[in-house]
Formats: sequence, structure tokens, C-alpha cells
Amino acid sequence: MLSDGVIITSALIYMGVLFGIAYYGDQRADAGRSIIANPYIYTLSLAIYCTAWTFYGSVGLAATSGIDFLPIYLGPTLMAVLFWLLLRRIVRITKAHRITSIADFAASRYGKSGLLAGMVTVIVVLGILPYISIQLKAIATSFSLLRQYPQVAMPVSSAQQPFWADTTFLVALVLIVFAILFGTRHIDTTERHEGMVTAVAFESLFKLVVFVLVGLVVTFGMFDGPGTLFQQAAARPELAALMRFEVVPGGYGGWLSLTFLSMMAFLFLPRQFQVLVVENVNEAHIRKATWLFPLYLFAINLFVLPIALGGRLTFVNAEVDADMFVLGLPMALHQPNLALLVFLGGLSAATSMILFETVALSTMVCNDVVIPILLRLNPRRLAGRADWSGLLLGIRRAGIAIIILLGYVYFRFVGESYALVASGLISFAAAAQFAPPILIGLYWKRANRRGALLGLSGGFVVWAYTLLLPAMARSDWISASFVDHGPFGLELLKPYALFGLRDMDPYMHAVFWSMLANVGGLVFGSMLTRTDAIEQVQGSQFVNVLERDRHDGDSLLWRGVVETTELYDLLARFLGPPRATEAFDRYARDHGGYPLQADSRLIHYTERLLAGAIGAASARVMISSIVMGEVLSIEEVMTILDESTQVIEYSRRLEQKSGELEAASTELREANHRLRELDRLKDEFISTVTHELRTPLTSIRAFSEILLANPEMDVEQRSKFLSIIVKESERLTRLINQVLDMAKMDSGRTEWSVENLDLRALIQDAISSTSQLFHDKAVALHENLGEQPVLITGDHDRLTQVVINLLSNAVKFCSEQTGEVTIWLRRVADRWRIEVIDNGPGIAHDQQKLVFEKFHQVNDSLAGKPKGTGLGLPISQKIVEHHGGRIWVESEIGQGAIFIVELPGQP
Amino acid sequence: MANKILVVDDEPNIVLSLEFLMKQAGFQVRTASDGEAALTAVASEPPDLVLLDVMMPRKNGYEVCQAIRANPDWKEVRIIMLTAKGREVEREKGLALGADDYITKPFSTQEVVERVRELLTAAG
Repeated sequence: MLSDGVIITSALIYMGVLFGIAYYGDQRADAGRSIIANPYIYTLSLAIYCTAWTFYGSVGLAATSGIDFLPIYLGPTLMAVLFWLLLRRIVRITKAHRITSIADFAASRYGKSGLLAGMVTVIVVLGILPYISIQLKAIATSFSLLRQYPQVAMPVSSAQQPFWADTTFLVALVLIVFAILFGTRHIDTTERHEGMVTAVAFESLFKLVVFVLVGLVVTFGMFDGPGTLFQQAAARPELAALMRFEVVPGGYGGWLSLTFLSMMAFLFLPRQFQVLVVENVNEAHIRKATWLFPLYLFAINLFVLPIALGGRLTFVNAEVDADMFVLGLPMALHQPNLALLVFLGGLSAATSMILFETVALSTMVCNDVVIPILLRLNPRRLAGRADWSGLLLGIRRAGIAIIILLGYVYFRFVGESYALVASGLISFAAAAQFAPPILIGLYWKRANRRGALLGLSGGFVVWAYTLLLPAMARSDWISASFVDHGPFGLELLKPYALFGLRDMDPYMHAVFWSMLANVGGLVFGSMLTRTDAIEQVQGSQFVNVLERDRHDGDSLLWRGVVETTELYDLLARFLGPPRATEAFDRYARDHGGYPLQADSRLIHYTERLLAGAIGAASARVMISSIVMGEVLSIEEVMTILDESTQVIEYSRRLEQKSGELEAASTELREANHRLRELDRLKDEFISTVTHELRTPLTSIRAFSEILLANPEMDVEQRSKFLSIIVKESERLTRLINQVLDMAKMDSGRTEWSVENLDLRALIQDAISSTSQLFHDKAVALHENLGEQPVLITGDHDRLTQVVINLLSNAVKFCSEQTGEVTIWLRRVADRWRIEVIDNGPGIAHDQQKLVFEKFHQVNDSLAGKPKGTGLGLPISQKIVEHHGGRIWVESEIGQGAIFIVELPGQP
Repeated sequence: MANKILVVDDEPNIVLSLEFLMKQAGFQVRTASDGEAALTAVASEPPDLVLLDVMMPRKNGYEVCQAIRANPDWKEVRIIMLTAKGREVEREKGLALGADDYITKPFSTQEVVERVRELLTAAG
């Protein structure tokens, strides 16, 4: 009734429908109306977790171990509770870094380490093979069982036949074709697989409906409801035990370890990571999936126990394997259509798992193993390759084929002797090895690459030793004594009882030891080794991902120089020119254009896009091959990072920089202002100088012309006019000298002849030079210069000039006859002080500073006297200051003035 | 009746030279050494012409010029500003404030006398 043709045709039609749905999903995505952008599709796609293992294996396990099948679903349920905390963080990181796979994620976290990515990929490929093998086995077995209908009996194992006649092998071949068609249909290798997700969501619904249908038929069709079914089962002691907890091997410890394994597997199996993280389009979907997905798990598990019990009651003589009860019961009921539906449900559960798993794995193999190797072998030639997208697709397709074939190999040589669940758990344990580096890396900044490598390799070795090798031993590939007595008879190294840890469920035993090695390696490795700059940047970005929305921090790491066109060419090589152009346009739109010389932000942007196509580690290699200039050193990055979040430090530095800029521009403005002021002063100086020069010159010219025009002038008047000419000429000369002097001092070109001198003798010299002035005005001069010579170092002539200037000023402002001037020389602390005191009119407070300014003259007309040049005191001030001293005036109006010069004493 | 000239400058020697020149030219001469003294002199007996220096203590030449022009009684008083050459500002400012002419320092004695004579002749 069910010929091979009918079965195969329906299978192909069903696959065709799936393919059509996938095609439709892709079309919608291309049109910008994504069909997967809703939480229900997202939740259903998560049900890719329920593979043939669930569909057939749960019943198989329940039929022998009762509710032992439950932890596998308890784990994901618990994980769903943690979604908002954990998954959201992972999703955000993934989006920010354009991460494509779990290997990429681990590598990115640990400084874009290619080695780590490769290691994760190898572990995941090896670890996943048992899991793929059970899907192949389930399809093949269900097919062989179904085609014997109406006879209901387990077929002979297909592994007895040569592989070309083996149904499982043919199934593998068909799946390779489908996986390549589904997963690598797109030329574009970086985008999400929206079509596949849509198809998975459909098949999740399909397998649920079929399974529930079988459950209903068995419960109500065969046994008149659950009451009857459980009563019949309870009547049989070996079945009654199935409904109690004590049958669980390993007891509660076993439950715990299985729950833990499935929690981790739910997150870290490559296909799970793909649908949960990479294919997530909206963080909000996670919130809904948190309660909706456990509901799905509940629904699909509801009838496991009824079907299992029904199977045990029906196939009393074990005509059908417990793993095949789901299919066998409809056949026994003579319901070929339901049986065909079951076959299709199992087929779709297995197929979707294989499709997604191999697509995810082939991406990892391509990005994290093949490309890095190619780059290392011949980076120059590869970098010069014009179009990579074809090569990438080729590698991925080959990867898919090889992985499925390896899964078949495992099935044929190892998996045959295992139940579905047992093989699956080996894979779960492998996936759980990613938990420590990723989960700890999410929260512990100090976790570093070396620690992760150490932990991961340790965990992997223990996993292989405690689970994979015994599985091979059980299949007679290695001596069974290896399991029973340890290698070389070393009891301590027995793979199921390592270091004497016996009487434990093998999975719990493996989980315990591998996690110990993994976590231990990670923690100690991280604490004992140095962390590179890039690891620190990535680490702190991962840990702090929720604290900030944008993170441009690691763009700091590129300091080199590269032409924007080179970046574009590189991107176009991997993404194709249209997408590269689109990406650069988008960048230009967001940042207001892009520079000709790419800055670190644009380099980083390109790196992330590239990471989406070839993985973070390879992207880094490609970028560094064209970016000239080095990567920041650890010290530089350390100063940027510090302990707190990098972004705070970063923005603080920006703030500081802009503060510095502001200060600099203020300074510039001030300098400009000062310059303009100086310019104005210079103009004023020049105009004042010319005016001052003009005054004596006017008198000289006027009197000379008068004398010339009046030869008859009387002698007395003539000599008066001549003496005016002489005096004004002297004034002119003095003025010119002082202006030159001043100009020299201002520009620092004055020559100073510094020598040891006696200040007391110097003052006495100055007094005698000015004695005529005092005599002319009959002004008295009192000297208080002490008895001892006063030795200082200085310029003798210049200092004399100062004293003469002070004395002549004093006498000038004194009244005739009553004028009195006193000069003091005394020591004040470690300095010598000269004071010149007069009893002239005094200087107002507001004038006391001004008298030291150029050409400032006290507003007092001194009729009949040639005025000063207005440069005497400014020059004196310069001279005194040059000697490290100071000069000032103390005075009250009407009470005379005291000019004080202080000079440093002999050291 | 000889024209009355007021010479205003804070430089005694320049005042002396101008006083000599004006007297020689036959004018009646008075002098002042600052702006305030100049205005006092004008107030006591308005001269026909003022030779007015710009840079002086206590009211400069502009202020004096402005004060003279502000009083209608003194509108007949001619004013010649004595300015420094090269400082066009001074010259323009003086003319704008109502000065009749300007002479730059150092001046030619002959020119001063001629300008004064011209201005007084024109005024009638």
C-alpha cells in the first residue's frame, strides 16, 4: 500500500513545500517585508531544538527510563527564563560586531583570535557528528520501517549492506543536495537566512501537529483516554516503574547534569546559536519567546509518556524499537496516512536540524578554518583575487557535503549501536564546552585568549576521553577493556570513572570533569597570562555591551593610514560591488560623507562588514594587510581603557581634548589681542617719538631761521637764542640716544658688561656727575651711603645711568632754594636698597605706576625748563629688572616722593 | 591798530620763537603755556588770531578751539593749529572743529608769518 514511490514522492513534495516556503521567505526579505520579523516565527524557529531525537527519541527514552526524557526540555525552559538577561546580551554583541557564528563569537570576545575560532570550529564539527548521525539514522530507520507496511517489524540494520546500497547513505546524499540548495542559494554570504528560518518555523509547527495527532490517536483511539492507558500500564510492574522518579539512572545528579547539558546545548549548539542569535531580527522577540517557547516544549512533550506506554503495551515482544514507537503505533493501527505523516514529521525534524546545523558549521569551517589557512599560505595572491564570493560559496558547499558525509561515517561505524538520545547527549556535552569561555567571557573582563584556549582544549580532551572514546570502544573500534579497566590497565584512568570517581552517570561524570578542566583552565590561564590590547578592548566591549548603545571604542585600535578606495576595493571583493557601494553610501549618509584618507572609524566599519562575510579573525588579517601603520600598543590602550567602562574614559578624553582645544583657541584669541595691542602701542610709540623729536627740532629750526634773518640782532639776544639752540640740540641728542637704547632693550639686543663693582662708589660717582644740577637750583643733597664698600655684580655704566636719572628727576621736581634730596644705600634682608627722597610736589597714587611707562610725563608744566624725554624712568626700570631687582615709587601728594631701587646682594 | 595775536604752546622755546616772529611782524603778542591759560587770555581780551598747539597739558588744542568756536562773541577770532607733520588726523580734526588753517612743526618762520598775515588780511 505504501510503495517506495509513494513514500519518496511525498517526501520530495514535502521538501518541495519547505523549499517553496523558504523561497517565499527570501522573496519577502528581499522586498524588505520580512516575514520572520514577528515573535511567533522567531519562537517556532527555536523549536529546531526538537529534532528527530525529540520526535522519535523521547518516546524511546521514556519507554525504557520513564520521565528521564524531561531534563532535555527542562534545560531550555530554564534557559528561556534567563533569555532577557543572557540572550539579549549575546544578541546585542552579535549585532554590534556582525558576528556570524559561535566560533566567531568566541574569537571576537578573545581578541579576534583566529586560533580560538579554529579550535571552536574543530570541536563543534567533531562534537556534532554524533548528533547528525542520529538524524540520518532516524530518517533511514523510519523509512525502512515504513516501507514494510503493512508488516510491522524492525528492518535489518542498513549498516550491514555496502554503503552504496545503504538507505542512510542515500538519505545523506539527498540531504547534501538540499542543504546546498537551501543554505547557499544566496550568492550573498553574509545576510541572514530568512527563507530557511521561515521554513523551519513551518516544519516546527508541522512536527508538533503530527506528534500531537499521534498522541491523541494513541491515547483516545487505542486506549479510550489517558485514564485507561495509565491504568493498563500501572497493572504491569515494569511499566509502573516508568512513572516514578527512581528509575532515573544516576538519580538527581543525573537529572541535574542532563538539565545543565541541555541548557548549554540549547544556547551553544551551532544551529541554536544561529536561530537564537544570528537570525534574531528584533530583541523584543526574545521577550515573547521567553514564555511561548516553553509552551511549545510542553505541548510536544505532553504525549511522550502516553505514546511510550502505549508502545510498550502494544509491542509486548519488542517487535519495534522504542525509538520507533511513534511510527510503529500508527502502522499497527493500520493508519497508513497517519504513518506517512509521522514519517514526514520525523523527516522534517531531522532535515531542518541537518540543514541549519550544516549551514552554520560550513560557515564556521569556511571562515574560521579554510580562509585563515588560505590567507596564511598565500595572503598576497588571495588579497589580489578580484571576486571572493564564488570561492566562499564553493568552500561552504564543500563544507556542507563533507560534514554530512562525516556524520554518515560516524553513524556507520559508531552510532549504529547507540540509541538516539545517547548519541545526541555526546554532542550536547561537546557544545557545553563553549559555555565557560562565552558565559564567563560575558561577565569577566579579565578572561583572556590564552585562558580560553587552555580551558577549551582541556575540556575538549576530557570530553573526547570520557565520552567519544568509550563510544568508539563500545562499537569495537578500540578495545572494550579500555572502558572496563582503563588504558594499559590503569584503573585511575577509566574513562567512565576518572581518578576513582565511580558509580556515576557517564554524562554527569563527563560534565563534571570537562567543566572542571574547562573552567579551571580559563580562570587560571587568564589570571596567569598577559592580556593583549585588542583582547582588553573586545573583552570590555562584550562585558559592557548593555551599558552603552554605540561602541566605537575598538575603532581606536586602528591608527594606520589607508586610502578609502582601497577599503572599498577590499569590501567589494568579498561582498560584491553593489553591496560595497551600498555600504559606503550608508556610511556617507550616517556620517556626512567619508574621508579620502580613511579614518579609524571607517576602517572599523569596513572591518565589521567584512567580519560578517569571512569572520572577525580573517577580517582583521585582511584589513591589517592593507592598513599601513601599527596597531596601538597595550600601554596606549590601557590608558584609554582603565578599570571602568571604556566609553566613559573615551568621552572623558574627548571632553578633555575639546577643553584643551577651547583653551588653545582662547589662548590664541588672547595672543591675537595682545599682538594687536602691541601693534597699537608700537604705532603710538612711533608717533610719540616723532612728536617728541619734532619739539626740539621746531625750536632749533625757528631760532636758526630767526638768527639768519636778523644779522643785526643785539649780542645779548643772539647769545640767548644760540644757547636755546644748543640746549634743544642736546635734548634732541639725548632723546635719540634714549629711544635707541629703549628699542635695543625691548628687543633684547642690549650688550651688558657685567662685572664686580662697588655700589657705594658708583653712587658717589653719580652724585658728582649731577652736582652741577643741585648747585644750579640750590637744592641740598644728603648722603647716607654707609662706611663700607658694597660689592655686587652688574653693569657699571647702566647702573650709574639709573642713579643719575633718579637724582636729576629729584632735583628737577624740587623747588629752588628749599629743595632737599636725600639718598640712602642700605641692606634690607639679602638685598641692597637705594632710596632717593625729595621734598617736591609728590606723585598721585594713580600716577605712580604710569611714571614708568614710556613718554609718560607728569602733568605739570615746568615753565622755562626743557622737559624730560619721558624715557628716563622706563629705561631705569629695564636696567634694574635686568639685574634681578625692582624699582618703584612711594609718594603722597604734597609730601615729596621716594624712588626705591632694590638690587640683589652678592650671593 | 596792530592786530592782536595769542601764542599758545607748552614748549617755552617755541612760544619764545613765535612771540619774537609775531612782534617783528608788527603784531601785538600775548602768550599762554596751556589750554586753560589760553581761554582765560581769550576771555579777558579776544585776540584777532590764535596760534594754537595741539598737545598741551590742561585742555589740549582741540578743546580750546572748540570752546572758542562755541562762543558767538569770538566768531571773529582766527585760529591756526600747530600740528605735527605726518599726523593727518590732527590736521583734519582741527579743521573740522573750526580752525582756519594749520601749520606743521617744524615750521618755516617765513611761512608762519605769511599765513598769519594772509588770514588777517582776508578777514579784513
